[in-house]
Amino acid sequence: MQKKEKLLEIRNLKQYFNIGKPNEVKAIDGISFDIYKGETLGLVGESGCGKSTTGRTIIRLYDATEGDVFFKGESVHGKKSRSELKKFNRSIQMIFQDPYASLNPRMKVSDIIAEGIDIHNLARNGKERMEQVYSLLETVGLNREHANRYPHEFSGGQRQRIGIARALAVQPEFIIADEPISALDVSIQAQVVNLMKKLQHEKGLTYLFIAHDLSMVKYISDRIGVMYFGKLVELAPAEELYSNPLHPYTQSLLSAIPLPDPEFERTRRRKTYDPSSHQYADHEEVIMREVKPGHFVHCSEQELKKYQAQYKS
Amino acid sequence: MTNILEVKDLNISFHTFAGEVKAIRGVNFELKKGETLAIVGESGSGKSVTTKAIMKLLPPNNSEIKKGQILFDGKDLTNLTDRQMQKIRGKDISMIFQDPMTSLNPTMTIGKQIMEPLIRHQNMSKAAATERSLQLLRLVGIPKPEQRIKQYPHQFSGGMRQRVVIAIALACNPKVLIADEPTTALDVTIQAQILELMKDLQNKIETSIIFITHDLGVVANVADRVAVMYGGKIIEIGTVDEVFYNPQHPYTWGLISSMPSLDARDEELYAIPGTPPNLLHPPKGDAFAPRNEYAMQIDLEEEPPMFKVSDTHYAATWLLHPDAPKVEPPAAVVKRMQKFSGTK
Repeated sequence: MQKKEKLLEIRNLKQYFNIGKPNEVKAIDGISFDIYKGETLGLVGESGCGKSTTGRTIIRLYDATEGDVFFKGESVHGKKSRSELKKFNRSIQMIFQDPYASLNPRMKVSDIIAEGIDIHNLARNGKERMEQVYSLLETVGLNREHANRYPHEFSGGQRQRIGIARALAVQPEFIIADEPISALDVSIQAQVVNLMKKLQHEKGLTYLFIAHDLSMVKYISDRIGVMYFGKLVELAPAEELYSNPLHPYTQSLLSAIPLPDPEFERTRRRKTYDPSSHQYADHEEVIMREVKPGHFVHCSEQELKKYQAQYKS
Repeated sequence: MTNILEVKDLNISFHTFAGEVKAIRGVNFELKKGETLAIVGESGSGKSVTTKAIMKLLPPNNSEIKKGQILFDGKDLTNLTDRQMQKIRGKDISMIFQDPMTSLNPTMTIGKQIMEPLIRHQNMSKAAATERSLQLLRLVGIPKPEQRIKQYPHQFSGGMRQRVVIAIALACNPKVLIADEPTTALDVTIQAQILELMKDLQNKIETSIIFITHDLGVVANVADRVAVMYGGKIIEIGTVDEVFYNPQHPYTWGLISSMPSLDARDEELYAIPGTPPNLLHPPKGDAFAPRNEYAMQIDLEEEPPMFKVSDTHYAATWLLHPDAPKVEPPAAVVKRMQKFSGTK
C-alpha cells in the first residue's frame, strides 16, 4: 500500500454521560485510533459498547468529556468560530441507521437533499440547486422524478439511498455510516453496500462503518476495530482480524456469527468471553499494543509476549 | 414422522383503502413433530402473515382468509371461534415475537406474566404456578429467579427479556412454537445463546418450531427444513442441505449469493435488482420474473407449479420443466452445489 495519509486522528477520546451522578455511564473510555484517507474503517461490537457514541462524538454531535479528535490536523472539539464549524460540518457527514426516522416526513425529497446545499450556499440559483439534486438522485440510483415526492412514498432501501444522497450533497470527504444497512432486507443490503463501495471509488471517500453484522463489515472494510464496553480491544486489517483474532473477546464475537452453511453450523464451537480471565495485576498497564505491524490488541505487557509467541508458532 | 400442523392452499387478503392486497397466495406446507421449519423471505413476502393466521391474530376488521385450511391435530383452525381459539393459543401453539421490548407488558411483573398462561390453561394454584415459573426462568437461564420474578420488564436487558418471552411461550409445553424473528433485535453473542437455548429446549420437550427469519446464517444453524417465500408464496421448500447446497429457484440463488462469505473477498456483492412485487396488483406469471435474469417468456405469462426435485425438495420455477433450457446458476451457487455432490 502507498504511504497513507491520516485523515482523522482520535486521541484518548472519552465520553461520559451523567457525570457525577450515581448512574454515570462511561460510554467511551479512552480510545485512540487513526483513520487513513480513502479507507473504510469498520467498527463492531455489541449494543451498548459505545460504537454509535464514538461516531456521534467524532462528528461533534456530543461534546467529548476528554480527549480530542483531529480532522486533517485540526482539533474538532476545540473552540471554533461559526464559519470554522460550518466548514467542518461540510467535510464530515453522517448516514443514520433508521431510514424511517432520519428523513423529515413533511419535507420533499428535493428539500431534504438540498438542505445542505442551501446552508452552505453551494448553488447560485434555483435551477442549479435542482440540477444538483437531480444528479445526486441519479448517483444513488433513483430518478429525477423522485425529487418531488415525500419520504413515505419510498421503501426502506430507497430511503437509505436518499440519506446517502443527502450526505453526498455537500461533497464531504469523510462519511460516518451508523449501521446503514441493519434496517434493510438482505437483498437490499447488498444494493446499498455496493452503492457505497462504488461511491468510494468514484469520489475517494473515507468511511467509518459502524455495524454489528460482522460478515458485511468484513466485506466493506479495509480495517476493523472491535469495541467492548467503551474500549477498543482490537484493531487490525479486515483479513487479519478474521484469520487471526487475538483478543479473547474478538474470538468469542467471531465464533458467534452464524454462517449460511449448514455443514459448518453443525460443527461450530462457540467461545465465551470472560473479562476476569485476564487477571491483570494492579501495576500492569493495559493499553493498545502493536503485536504485528498494523495489528493492535488491548493487552498487558505479558499478554503481548504471549500473543507474539502465538504468531511465531 | 407425523404432521402436527398442515397448511393447505392458504389465501389471505387485506382490504385497504387502495384496494385488496393479496398477501398470501396459496401457501402449502406441513410441520412434522419435533422438527424446526425455517421460513425465509424479505419483508412483505408473507412470512409473518402466515404465522399470524395460524395463531388467529390477524386484525379481524380488514383481513380475510379467502381460501384454505390450517389443520392442527386434524382440527381446522380457520373455522374456530375466538373463544375456542383462546383455549389453543398459548397452550398448544405459542409464539415468540420479534421485539422483546414491546411484547412484554411494562406494568406487570415478570412473574405475573409467566403465571398467566399457567393459571388460565392448566388451572394451577397460585403457589404451583409460582413454583413452575421459577423452574421456567431457571430453564431459560435467568440467574436468581427468586428475585427476578418480582421485577418489571424495564429491569431486564434485551437478551434477558427475550428469555422471559421464551419462558412464557414454553410455559404450557406447547406442541408448536412459532418464533417470529426472535433474535433479529439482539446482538450476535446473545443471539447465539438464544439459539442454543431454543435447540436445547426443543430436545427436552419435543416441540415443533416454525422459525421466521431473514438471516440465512441463523437458518443454517437451527433449521431441519427451509421454506423460501416470495410474493406471498412458497417458491422453494426442502431440507436445509437441499436448499443451501442444491438450490433450484433463481430467487434462492440470489439470496444465497447476496450474502458475503467470510472466507472470500469478492469484487462486487451480488445484489438482486429491483424491489419486491406490489401485492395490490400481483404479477400475472412468476412474481419474481421482473427481477429474474433467468426469466423466460413463460415466467411472465403463467405461474410455475411446484416441481419435484426430490421427495423432500420442491421448487416453483419453470427452469425445472423438462423442456426448459439448461442455465448456469451464479458462481457462488455452483460452488455450493459442488460441495453438496462432494458430501454425498
